[in-house]
Amino acid sequence: MQAWMWLGPVIMLFVVLGFVTLAILFERKVIGWMQSRIGPNRVGPWGLFQTVADVLKLLLKEDIVPQKADETLFKLAPVIAFVPAFAVVAVLPFTDSLVFADIGVGLLYFIAISSITTIGILAGGWASNNKYALIGAMRSAAQMISYEIPLVMALVGVIMAAGTLNLSGIVEAQKEMWFIVPQFIGFVVFFIASLAELNRTPFDLPEAESELVAGYHVEYSGFRFAFFMLAEYVYVFAMSALTTVLFLGGWNPLFGFTFLPPLIWFLLKFSLIVFTLIWIRATLPRIRVDQLMQLGWKVLLPLALFNIFLSALLKEIPGIGSYY
Amino acid sequence: MLRTEEMLLNVGPQHPSTHGVFRLVITIDGETITEAKPVVGYLHRGTEKLAEDLTYTQIVPYTDRMDYLSAMTNNYIVVHAAETLMEVELPERAEFLRVIVMELNRIASHLVWFGTYLLDIGAMSPFLLAFREREQILDLFNDLCGARLTYNYMRIGGVKWDVPEGWLDQVRAFISNMREKLKEYEDLVAGNEIFLNRTRGIGVYSADEAIDYGLSGVNLRAAGVDWDLRRDRPYSVYDRFEFDVPVGKNGDLYDKFTCRMEEIRQSLRIVEQAVDQFPEGPVMAKVPRVIRVPEGEAYVQMESPRGELGCYLVSRGKDKPYRLKFRRPSFYNLQILPRLLKGENVANLVAILGGIDIVLGEVDA
Repeated sequence: MQAWMWLGPVIMLFVVLGFVTLAILFERKVIGWMQSRIGPNRVGPWGLFQTVADVLKLLLKEDIVPQKADETLFKLAPVIAFVPAFAVVAVLPFTDSLVFADIGVGLLYFIAISSITTIGILAGGWASNNKYALIGAMRSAAQMISYEIPLVMALVGVIMAAGTLNLSGIVEAQKEMWFIVPQFIGFVVFFIASLAELNRTPFDLPEAESELVAGYHVEYSGFRFAFFMLAEYVYVFAMSALTTVLFLGGWNPLFGFTFLPPLIWFLLKFSLIVFTLIWIRATLPRIRVDQLMQLGWKVLLPLALFNIFLSALLKEIPGIGSYY
Repeated sequence: MLRTEEMLLNVGPQHPSTHGVFRLVITIDGETITEAKPVVGYLHRGTEKLAEDLTYTQIVPYTDRMDYLSAMTNNYIVVHAAETLMEVELPERAEFLRVIVMELNRIASHLVWFGTYLLDIGAMSPFLLAFREREQILDLFNDLCGARLTYNYMRIGGVKWDVPEGWLDQVRAFISNMREKLKEYEDLVAGNEIFLNRTRGIGVYSADEAIDYGLSGVNLRAAGVDWDLRRDRPYSVYDRFEFDVPVGKNGDLYDKFTCRMEEIRQSLRIVEQAVDQFPEGPVMAKVPRVIRVPEGEAYVQMESPRGELGCYLVSRGKDKPYRLKFRRPSFYNLQILPRLLKGENVANLVAILGGIDIVLGEVDA
């Protein structure tokens, strides 16, 4: 037990880093195929070491801190953005036995910790003393407030149905029926809001390269930039895993196909979510910042509230009530 | 009300969405633009002045470098000006070849616009799809004149090269392929809710305003003015082909998008007709070895992909022009930008700028 206490997180760190490496390659490959290109294929077989080479390049770069930047904050910001990204991974249950911190309020912990990253982004944008970075950071803060609320509201339906905030408990509650079916509205709201949380297309406004050059990280280079990027992809990992846990039944098999181990089931569903994220990125244009606010407050939030009401109502109806 | 402070933001000359070295100094209040000041001239090479020291044949490659997305139309305007003064009778085959390459170049230019415009508003894939098709046009040009961007194809009295064997069949194959791909583009983009939200009712101006600002091309037609020089003041052999001129209603960005997409379709129609009626014969008229344009002045105009491209030529009877002046549509179309940007959101900035479709080589000449 003692050995696991420190060995487990280290292994997890490498698993997550490995995922990030592969996810970036996978994203570039898939988007390449969707755009009738080949994607990276020069470094290593099938371009497998492309990301490794990219990261090494970033590590070897000169560490530049702009002269007029707030130096302490500038150096601290990537860390603030990056640490919560890893911290949330702790509560994710991959199978019924493979979970690092099986805490009672796992879901709440995830949501709360992941919000801290925005402070890192805001601090980075502010400390850079660059106008584009500032606008990007401001957009990020506005986006967080607008989308955190519908995101949490959409989850209330799931919490009501499962009767627990513990993530393993939520998966257990989906033995009979995955929550994506009874909580479909909740799923849609959650998925859109999570895209916005991840700053991914069509909600990649904080780093809109055609408008703000690169947004909040425009002054960052080298490994500090790598930290921001790493945080972003770790969130892709965490958010996809969370979606799998909350709505796709976690490690529960489909159609009772129990011959595949639970971890494989988890990975299959998880990969599907990651693929969907990439697919959306290759397809959609970027939404405008004021339209983003409208969508968050005027569409997603009412929908999420309606979903809570509907779930509470259906819970009392005999027959289907057991699914809610 | 909170007191807010305005911020001066320098967009460009190195900015991914200014399509070259265009600089825009904007004053923003939050994310609202209160004032916009375009600064041009970073790519000024003095083409007009240089031309005064060059023979007519030598000027042609310089025009390639003005509107580099549609070098064929630039080639045409300068040889057309000289031919008008010289009153050269052109062989039919040369005229047809000129029309085919100019229309193909219009398609290539609109494809670049389509791709980069979608890239500006955040969609990545259309850019690569559009460039995939544009590549076919560039390959056709490469086979025809050995260059992909700066063609230097037209000469006073005709064109430099006759068609290689099988080239016309390749053009035919391209036409049918392009028609299919156009549908694919529209499936991907035209019905997209986000795209509609970002283009409908944005950057609107009226037909009167468009005329007051001297806009031309799609920028003029999108506002509802039915004016196309190919139809209304035909040059070359355009009067022999049937085609429609797409006209918008609202003068917003979406109308510009639909107009340009429709123009690709109409250009395909023209190329198809030209290929079908393609005559035999020489591609060069009998012109003297050293070209001397008789004394006089001429202004010629044509419909380039960006609008009315004009050339004012003053000759003193020498082998070099006395004065050459280009009316460059990008430069004139750009003048409405400060008026359009006032009061707009920063996110609309790139959308509006992209909608005008400028080429900096042409703005700065």
